[in-house]
Amino acid sequence: MNPVATTEPRERLPLRPASDGPPRQGSTMTIPDEQDRKSEHSAAAGGERPRASSGRKSLSIRDVSMVFTRAEHSVHALDHIDIDIEEGQFISVVGPSGCGKSTLLKLVAGLRPPTGGEIEILGEKVKGPRSDVGIVFQSPVLLPWRTVLQNVMLPIEVLRLDHSAYKAKARELLDLVGLGGFEKAYPQELSGGMQQRAAIARALVYDAPILMMDEPFGALDAMTREQMNVEVQQIWERSGKTVVFITHSIPEAVFLADRVIVMSPRPGRVLRDLHINMPRPRGLDDMLTPEFGEHVREIRGMLGKADAAGGRDDRQTNW
Amino acid sequence: MTDRPIGEVEILGAPTEEASGSGVSWERFGLPIFVLFALMGSWEGIVRFLEIPGYILPPPTAIIRAFVSGFLTGAFIPDLAVTAFQAVFGFLIGSFIGLSLGVIIVLFPTMERIIYPYVVALQTVPKVALAPLLVVWFGFGMTSKVIVVALVSLFPVLVNVIAGLRSVDQERLDLLGALSATRWQIFWYLRFPNSLPYFFAGLNTAVVLSVIGAIVGEFVGATQGIGFRILQANYNLDIAGAFALFMVLSLLGLTLHGTLKFIERRTVFWTATQTTH
Ligand SMILES: Nc1ncnc2c1ncn2[C@@H]1O[C@H](COP(=O)(O)OP(=O)(O)OP(=O)(O)O)[C@@H](O)[C@H]1O
Ligand SMILES: [Mg+2]
Repeated sequence: MNPVATTEPRERLPLRPASDGPPRQGSTMTIPDEQDRKSEHSAAAGGERPRASSGRKSLSIRDVSMVFTRAEHSVHALDHIDIDIEEGQFISVVGPSGCGKSTLLKLVAGLRPPTGGEIEILGEKVKGPRSDVGIVFQSPVLLPWRTVLQNVMLPIEVLRLDHSAYKAKARELLDLVGLGGFEKAYPQELSGGMQQRAAIARALVYDAPILMMDEPFGALDAMTREQMNVEVQQIWERSGKTVVFITHSIPEAVFLADRVIVMSPRPGRVLRDLHINMPRPRGLDDMLTPEFGEHVREIRGMLGKADAAGGRDDRQTNW
Repeated sequence: MTDRPIGEVEILGAPTEEASGSGVSWERFGLPIFVLFALMGSWEGIVRFLEIPGYILPPPTAIIRAFVSGFLTGAFIPDLAVTAFQAVFGFLIGSFIGLSLGVIIVLFPTMERIIYPYVVALQTVPKVALAPLLVVWFGFGMTSKVIVVALVSLFPVLVNVIAGLRSVDQERLDLLGALSATRWQIFWYLRFPNSLPYFFAGLNTAVVLSVIGAIVGEFVGATQGIGFRILQANYNLDIAGAFALFMVLSLLGLTLHGTLKFIERRTVFWTATQTTH
């Protein structure tokens, strides 16, 4: 396995296809204009990037509830969730297992309709699936009959984007996630963590302005995980994407996020919307600062209290 | 060793045996061959000792002689060609129709309502029972046999293709759904490749049935083919010849099955590695 470089990767990844041309007609994706991207690049190379938050709402989840009904019994997964996310923000979501995090992601992706409330993406009500949300699911979901590279290229084929233009980008992304040299391997030849990294490359290959990741690093060892966190931060800083990042690791949530949403056990409610104002770019050493420790302690306390109040019943059922 | 669960012994047993060298080849090859020779030897011995007449149970040597001379004189070849052609051609037609119908049924709900009830109704009916009728309609030539074979190969393929196209993981559907894939794209990128292992499972059943179908068709009414020769041999009380023809049939079945397995390993290469995990 190739180690993921944590030093000087800044210039490695131009987050756009090799050819500078616009994507072919018929695609629904939105690409920020070139000017924006170029200035972001030089800013990233020079030092700290100016905060991207334009103040425009990228994603708003209003009073969303979700109840699954099957036969006689029903599961109340989400209870009146309200979250507003500005463009370019990085949001982490933490909460006990089974509290509805993955469900929330699927609702935002338009894969299921919520049973109550509504979701807007870039001011538009979500009525069905849409291709401006890139998703890393909780399990890698790679197609076993496609090579790693073909799996990463799947969104490009489905969205009918220029195959040859994006191929170079797909390779760069595979390098970035430490899978350089595994392009021609099949998913079943990879370890669980490697599969998950391929899934991350797949979510990044098309330029969806919103990226949702569901515990993407759950299958990684602690070292690789930290390195991937640094990479994710850099990818986010350069791309200006809005990111919703679901995780079980409180330090990971705090390290990456502008805001950490803490959820209660099922039915999932927002317990706390915690703003993390630590300077960026953050390095792994920042995890040792008192401020960081304070945030982690606060969230852990909140989850501990919620856990003690019950709701750990479904650890098993969710797998 | 004895305190291990049985399943574990079996799983762990295979690689260690491999490593232990000479014992392996004896157990894997030596023993079965020894048993085969022992069986043949006692068969031969009993037939000779009890002086059982050849038209009731011929000795293995007589069967092998008939088998070898049938090939050396070329007597088997035209009939083998006829039966093989009927089996293979009927199998190809039947599987093609089975595959197409399966795709149509899964893709178009209206067609499902029209066709699927018949599929369910006919599934358990032995299709070979139609052979006499088909011979009446299409004559003693190869056509009637090809149709019988096509009919018997169609159903296992159809049923498996439908199952394969339908049993798609919700997660994989979500993956494509999140990319706003169309119904056709979901079919092409997901449902179709997903159904291929099932399709091959259907083909494996169909290929066995195809030889049976061809033989039954020939039994009902034919002027050539291995099935026809078996009937002839029976009438002439040439039981050694009938056994030799039986061996020819099993050779045909093995060849078809082996060819199919070979194609399968290349086409659905991902299933083999998947199941070992
Ligand atoms: N399709 C479904 N049908 C019925 N119930 C469901 C379905 N999907 C999820 N649930 C239920 O909704 C609840 C929330 O599930 P969800 O997968 O969103 O949890 P989660 O917060 O992502 O948990 P984890 O951290 O373990 O991944 C669970 O109790 C689960 O049983
Ligand atoms: Mg989950």
